[in-house]
Amino acid sequence: MQNERRNVLLDVRNLSITFGRGTKTFKAVDNVSFHIYKGETFGLVGESGSGKTTIGRAILRIHPTSGGDVLYKGKKINGKLSRAEDYEVIRHMQMIFQDPMASLNERAKVSDIIAEGLMNLQPDLSAKEKKRRVEEALLSVGLLPEFSSRFPHEFSGGQRQRIGIARCLIMNPEFIVADEPISALDVSIRAQVLNLLLRFQKERGLTYLFIAHDLSVVRFVASRVAVIHKGVIVEMANTEQLFSRPLHPYTKALLSAVPIPNPLLEKKKELLIYDPSCHNYESEAPQWTEIEPEHFIWANRPELAQYRKALDL
Amino acid sequence: MGQKTDAAKNDTIKNDALQNDAVISVRDLNVKFHLRGQRLHALRGISLDIHQGESLAIVGESGSGKSVFIKNFIGLLDKNGWIDSGEIWFAGQDLAKLKDEKVWRKIRGGKIAMVMQDPMTSLNPLKTIGWQIAEALKLHQGLAGEAAKNKTAELLSDVGISLPETRMKQYPHEFSGGMRQRVVIAIALACNPEILICDEPTTALDVTIQAQILQLLKDLKEKHHLTTIYITHDLGVVANVADRIAVMYAGDVIEVGTCEEIFFQPKHPYTWSLLSSLPQLAAGEEELYCISGTPPNLFQTIQGDAFAPRNPWALQVDFLYRPPYFEVSPTHKAKTWLLDPRAPKIEPPAAIRRMMELGKQPQARAGRKESADAK
Repeated sequence: MQNERRNVLLDVRNLSITFGRGTKTFKAVDNVSFHIYKGETFGLVGESGSGKTTIGRAILRIHPTSGGDVLYKGKKINGKLSRAEDYEVIRHMQMIFQDPMASLNERAKVSDIIAEGLMNLQPDLSAKEKKRRVEEALLSVGLLPEFSSRFPHEFSGGQRQRIGIARCLIMNPEFIVADEPISALDVSIRAQVLNLLLRFQKERGLTYLFIAHDLSVVRFVASRVAVIHKGVIVEMANTEQLFSRPLHPYTKALLSAVPIPNPLLEKKKELLIYDPSCHNYESEAPQWTEIEPEHFIWANRPELAQYRKALDL
Repeated sequence: MGQKTDAAKNDTIKNDALQNDAVISVRDLNVKFHLRGQRLHALRGISLDIHQGESLAIVGESGSGKSVFIKNFIGLLDKNGWIDSGEIWFAGQDLAKLKDEKVWRKIRGGKIAMVMQDPMTSLNPLKTIGWQIAEALKLHQGLAGEAAKNKTAELLSDVGISLPETRMKQYPHEFSGGMRQRVVIAIALACNPEILICDEPTTALDVTIQAQILQLLKDLKEKHHLTTIYITHDLGVVANVADRIAVMYAGDVIEVGTCEEIFFQPKHPYTWSLLSSLPQLAAGEEELYCISGTPPNLFQTIQGDAFAPRNPWALQVDFLYRPPYFEVSPTHKAKTWLLDPRAPKIEPPAAIRRMMELGKQPQARAGRKESADAK
């Protein structure tokens, strides 16, 4: 109910992404729809190869889309745009990459890495102003301004990821795609980076698309979650709804795989393995249906009846 | 009364047995490295027993020395490192003094095998996986030809790879990450080892695959009567597989205990910090706990407790004297002055207190956040 009053920042409708040409095409993302409200963290969870990163990159206009619409503040941003429009869209969106070891240019100074986006969009910025902005960005992620003349190899993984975040924040974005920002980090450093992301959200009202394969992290950061399997979103709901009452067998399998730091529960836990052949989609194709408010699922009618029973609706 | 003494007697017998059936017994191990003209004291006097048939997890941040520690068991210490003092007893031999490469070759792989972290780089891309498994069979079990082929197929189906006859003719690039890790495990098993060391076996894998690989390792341990050692930085992962957990910090084991003891009654502030930084244990809106500062510089001699500068609960004595092991129970000991009878009573952080509560009521269905929601 509350959600209806909230602003939809990003709306993805029937998005498809295809790689390859002619007879050798591969559909990486198939008919995917979801929406992200302003100021929330939306988690996108799936295994490697499920297409979650591809969706993130398509929203940022890195990959071309082959079908469907991506609407940002009600304006279509996929497909062909004029250069000015392209700049305008890109400016409000940034990305944090997965592997801090690979995503920073080893030959560039930290100050150049952080200021690069700034120089592209505001080339007439004075050197003094540029320096000030870089130092401000470094301080905001808990690094010292002196670091700006160093090179990436002088930093640890956690510090590098913070440089990646500083590079993203200096553009004052509204929407950030965080592509597994913590999966390459040590557990003790994960907490630092997660706290940092959450703090910026509170201070600046950022909206995140948080891509991950680990449901436990998503539960901590996200308010709504979509589960994606082989390019199809199979279930989408509010985080607590999804964790307390998962419906789709794939969601259940993912949940059962989350390690619980409690030996008593963990040793009793039964591991579920998802078998796609449990669906009978030959007689009737599945549909993207809202089974209860804010809870969407990919299922056909017999399955829906079954799920409704499970939910006591 | 009589029963009570009997029980006590049984306990002492059990403890003796626990102490005696160590397969690997490490005594006061010091390892140093030459690095950029300086000496790095990587392992600072570790003593640890690894028992027959148990599964031990060694947990610590990167750089805490867990991999260096394990590499001593298979004689693969880097060229610039050496064992300064200490003993590693295995099958009546002191591995710390063993220099003969011929003897090492029998132990490495044959007695103690290892599964490396990254399945993408630990296989030879130019050879079929069948060839790579058969190589281990030939060297360690002397099998050749048809016998080796049959055994390879058996191993592959053991690690959960279907159609072994076809799969063994394929190359590593035809396998996914999880499948490659299964192949690596098959190669380790082909050596017929007594001890299997898994160095971050699932860090490079997805959560779903991670759970499957851990289950597989657990099953194989039962089937082949292995002693397994897991190395990991993620305490969440080991709850399922470990019997005992050793927490390492700055080249030393600072707390060791059974899995339940480490999770439900952790004593060392570093263990508290590691546990409370797990997002699974966070309640609602509160910020995740994160350990401030960086691990100590091991080029310098460390005075007192190595964790003291980052430890919000540090006592004055922590900066002056290195704490010895304080025994909490026969299986649980920790190196922290907080356990000294003279120490002030310090309350652990909220996340740890919740875990302690959970440990007291094992029947409680509560998992992670539920305990907080109940309030």
